[in-house]
Amino acid sequence: MSDLIAVAMSGGVDSSTVAALMKRDGYNIAGLTMQLWNQRRLPELAAEEGAAGRCCSLDDVYDARRVAEHVGIPYYVVNLERQFEESVVAPFVDEYLAGRTPIPCTLCNTFIKFDQFLELADSVGAKAIATGHYARVTQNAETGRWELRMARDFSKDQTYFLWGLTQDQLSRTLFPLGDMVKTEVRDLAIAFDLPVARKGESYEICFVPNGDYAAFIDGYLKEKGVERAAVQGSIVTEGGRELGRHTGAHQFTVGQRKGLGVSSPEPLYVIATDPKSQTVTVGANESLLRSTLVVRGINWLSWSGLPAPARAKVRIRNRHIPAPATLYPLEDGRVEVRFDEPQRAITPGQGAVFYSDDLVLAGGWIE
Amino acid sequence: MQHSYFDHNATSAVAPEVLQTLAGSMAEVYGNASSIHHFGQVAKQRLEAARREVAAMLGCEAREVVFTSGGTEADNLALFGVMRRIGGGHLVTSSMEHPAVLNACGQLEREGFEVTYVAPDESGVVSAAAVRRAVRTDTALISVMHANNETGVLQPLAGIAAVARECGAVFHTDAVQTAGRIPVNVRELGADLLSLSGHKFGAPKGIGALYVRKGVELRPLLYGGRHERERRAGTENVPGAVALGRAAGLGALWGGIATLRDRLEQGILARVPAAHVNGAGAERMPNTSNIRFDGIEGEAMVISLDLRGFAVSSGSACSSGAVEPSHVLLAMGLSPEDARSSVRFSLGPGNTAEQVDGLIEAVAGSVTHLRRISTSFVKGTVNV
Repeated sequence: MSDLIAVAMSGGVDSSTVAALMKRDGYNIAGLTMQLWNQRRLPELAAEEGAAGRCCSLDDVYDARRVAEHVGIPYYVVNLERQFEESVVAPFVDEYLAGRTPIPCTLCNTFIKFDQFLELADSVGAKAIATGHYARVTQNAETGRWELRMARDFSKDQTYFLWGLTQDQLSRTLFPLGDMVKTEVRDLAIAFDLPVARKGESYEICFVPNGDYAAFIDGYLKEKGVERAAVQGSIVTEGGRELGRHTGAHQFTVGQRKGLGVSSPEPLYVIATDPKSQTVTVGANESLLRSTLVVRGINWLSWSGLPAPARAKVRIRNRHIPAPATLYPLEDGRVEVRFDEPQRAITPGQGAVFYSDDLVLAGGWIE
Repeated sequence: MQHSYFDHNATSAVAPEVLQTLAGSMAEVYGNASSIHHFGQVAKQRLEAARREVAAMLGCEAREVVFTSGGTEADNLALFGVMRRIGGGHLVTSSMEHPAVLNACGQLEREGFEVTYVAPDESGVVSAAAVRRAVRTDTALISVMHANNETGVLQPLAGIAAVARECGAVFHTDAVQTAGRIPVNVRELGADLLSLSGHKFGAPKGIGALYVRKGVELRPLLYGGRHERERRAGTENVPGAVALGRAAGLGALWGGIATLRDRLEQGILARVPAAHVNGAGAERMPNTSNIRFDGIEGEAMVISLDLRGFAVSSGSACSSGAVEPSHVLLAMGLSPEDARSSVRFSLGPGNTAEQVDGLIEAVAGSVTHLRRISTSFVKGTVNV
């Protein structure tokens, strides 16, 4: 029999279609679902309709199990809740409290899905893993380096969250949906008669109900018994004029417009947050424009480093269209990005990913 | 792929003889055992014949056998039945009981009863002396399992029963892992209450029994008709009871499985370095072997062996999927890491020497692979 491949199954349409496709194509596969977060935790935050439909809910495990049965493959649920909390949730909370806006999905990909899960797959005898991510992996014929490329379907491309992958991880990962567009995947799911073929998609962070980060962080700290001193601070203009008060700078994100609680004739946006002084600075949309940023913690994928300034396109959030820029190497491995045109709402804590066309060169964290 | 079953402590297959009896009674005996007419009488006759067969297996009178839906209900009926009838007082149990006992005790604590959990020693034995130390003047019930489901370690019930008699407490034992497999005699064990479960020894799921010594009064869990001498309301599961009786009548013949279990255990210990039998120092069930493999993750090994066609388990089936390491192994003093690196092999009547030899090979291969990739093992925290 051919080498075993472990399919990461979430219970959603994409990973379910991967399982069905690979089975059809004769691969020797087993389905594994990672139980990452107990949705019954922090029940006071639960959405009105309950935890249904979110990642790691019992419903999702039920769906994944049904799909595995339908496809006819062995299926297991593995519990990685402890690792997920340590590597993803706790850093997420810390980053938020430090005034940055982290992306837990990148942490999860780097430390859980392509690390713990790969190790787990290896431990049960699988040579590689397959996931439902929209991205492509190629190998450079000349250098032998593994390369990460954007998905054919730009609207679904997930390379923004995958820049943390190492050469070893890329060499053992399959993205069977990378060459497909979403409608093709949906059609395949229907053709395979998968029980989840018409299931909706979720876009929010899996462990944060309703996308309410502040409520999640408050609930999480309360559960941990961490008494946070009641904080408050000012909402000020760029000129320093106080427009109002708030109860914690972590409730604000750069670029945010709604829910500021201050009235103004012009639309106001959060320009910056400072957790030390608990100051939230607001201003006009134009004030969000910046031309430079510095990236730390860089993982080089298709390139092995940056010996000299180079041209690239840089993406600063998931749906952002990569913008032309020049990369300048700084000391200690950091990179300064100078955009040709100013970009809106460059947010500390988010990722910055460098591209050359569809090729992912590297990624790192915005300082 | 051929799949071999080494998880009999979770559940076992219905025995062919039992299946035949069961199918026949389901097809033909459909009367309600409480009905006056012919159909009811036939059902009642079958039910009582089954009760006599179970009683014969346990060495008790037929009227002392109460049919239940299984082991969990039998344990719950014993614990809640005794304690709620008294309405207060103290209960002594062990910290390595099945969740059917432990979680019932947790509920009793919420209801205001007091519970002392006696820890086993490092070989998994709860000594009579340790139970005696836990007893108080208001101790109304002592409940200690006959054999542990994860390690197979047999408990010194006669001594514990003597402690119960001395202090006037009722003695219950969860014999789900032993009844129908090895000889279980309620008089010899000194039990006042004894739980058993059909699906552990060749009967189907959904039928079990509680032995209630004459004179022991219980408050029922269920309220309804006056079935089972008003101890368990609900139309009797006649086919289930008939199957349980048939399985009981087959004889408790698992003793011979020890030969295969020893072959497995010795084979693994000979092939795999840094492997240890949990509970090795104690008298154990003939079918169970719980082995700790330094430096591996038990759950990964269970999946890996399943993909090679061997069904085993880490911990008990009732707690699988949970993050916590086995409470039984922790109670024996193992570290959480050691508890997580343990795997349970439980054999049954269907296993063959050929299957055992195949399992030894698969375990050796799996452990070698897991240790090769395990960081803790590579880092030298574990020495082979």
